[in-house]
Amino acid sequence: MLQSLFDLFDKYHLVAAFAVIGLTMYAAYWISARFTRGKLHGSAIAIILGLALAYVGGKVTGGSDGLADITLFSGLGLMGGGMLRDLAIIATAYGVRFEEIREAGIRGVLALFAGVGVSFLAGGLVAVGFGYTDPVDITTIGAGAVTYIVGPVTGATLGASSEVIALSIAAGLVKSILTMILTPMAARFIGLDNPRSAMIFGGMIGTTSGVAAGLAATDARLVPYGAMTATFYTGLGILLAPTVLFLLVRGVF
Amino acid sequence: MVIYGVALLAGCMMLGLVVGDLLGQVLGIDANLGGVGIAMLLLIFSTGYLKARGKLPEATVSGINFWNAMYIPIVVAMAASQNVAAAFSGGLVALLGGALAVVLGLALVPVLAGKPARAPVAADGPAARAESLSPRTANR
Repeated sequence: MLQSLFDLFDKYHLVAAFAVIGLTMYAAYWISARFTRGKLHGSAIAIILGLALAYVGGKVTGGSDGLADITLFSGLGLMGGGMLRDLAIIATAYGVRFEEIREAGIRGVLALFAGVGVSFLAGGLVAVGFGYTDPVDITTIGAGAVTYIVGPVTGATLGASSEVIALSIAAGLVKSILTMILTPMAARFIGLDNPRSAMIFGGMIGTTSGVAAGLAATDARLVPYGAMTATFYTGLGILLAPTVLFLLVRGVF
Repeated sequence: MVIYGVALLAGCMMLGLVVGDLLGQVLGIDANLGGVGIAMLLLIFSTGYLKARGKLPEATVSGINFWNAMYIPIVVAMAASQNVAAAFSGGLVALLGGALAVVLGLALVPVLAGKPARAPVAADGPAARAESLSPRTANR
């Protein structure tokens, strides 16, 4: 009886995920209205709930896809995966004025280079602080702080050890998850309330999932602007980290 | 028909991804360079073109708007399938490196944004600001 129920959820995993996320959203908006009087966005609470559930899922199964590793919730992986996420991100661009993007264009490009550089520096400095002296290790960990995709790609190119690559992925995941949680809290202090600062935010932080969720939790109308610049970030990181940035690190050490 | 809107969205996405993939190959990197951003620009231009010619009926728009409205739920599903456990068991180097990257990145946003024309906007009050951000103003 119970087994057939599980089988059904597994077979119709995407539909089940729609229902589960709908319930989560309802609970989150109820918490937001009831306990924070709407001060903390329902979407911010929903994302934090999702992250908490993902932690539990990862601890229970030992897998890498959070709650989606539990058979009952396997549809979350498809619903929240790259394909539908990118489709929804692109859909948010409908109705955006191109002028607003063009106005912030140059600053957005500047933010992209500054963002990759600053994140790399942050990761690299922490690595040095913890006693790493091999330029390959420092570069790989620095690249991980750019995004959790840039880290392993850079590490593989430079021939870093698997422990260092795992460390770089973890650094990128921490960045992504902290961005989701901290962005709505920091938004007021950094002026994240208009298209221009959203584009700069997308370029400075860059990690797609973090930017997507951070802006959703802050103000969904800012999503297309932040996503627009963030979409170039990982590619730029993969371009710069194993080449220019690695040479810089090797020059210092 | 609703499917026209969904197909337009999907077409922009695929075309953008192809261009992003080619850009990555040209630069010799194993990644899609800006495919999603290019797709967003394609959607902005193609819907603008169609709308100006009166060829964008309500049903078509609703095919795009459905996915627009599904954005936050999809992001919540994404959050629920993140590898949070690995992030917090990666040790102090990963925690501090990732955290420092976020803090520095956020702190530099107002520096790069410069002094935005926020004073007059703020004077207009929050309602005016919300209006200026509304996607609907695009075709006012």
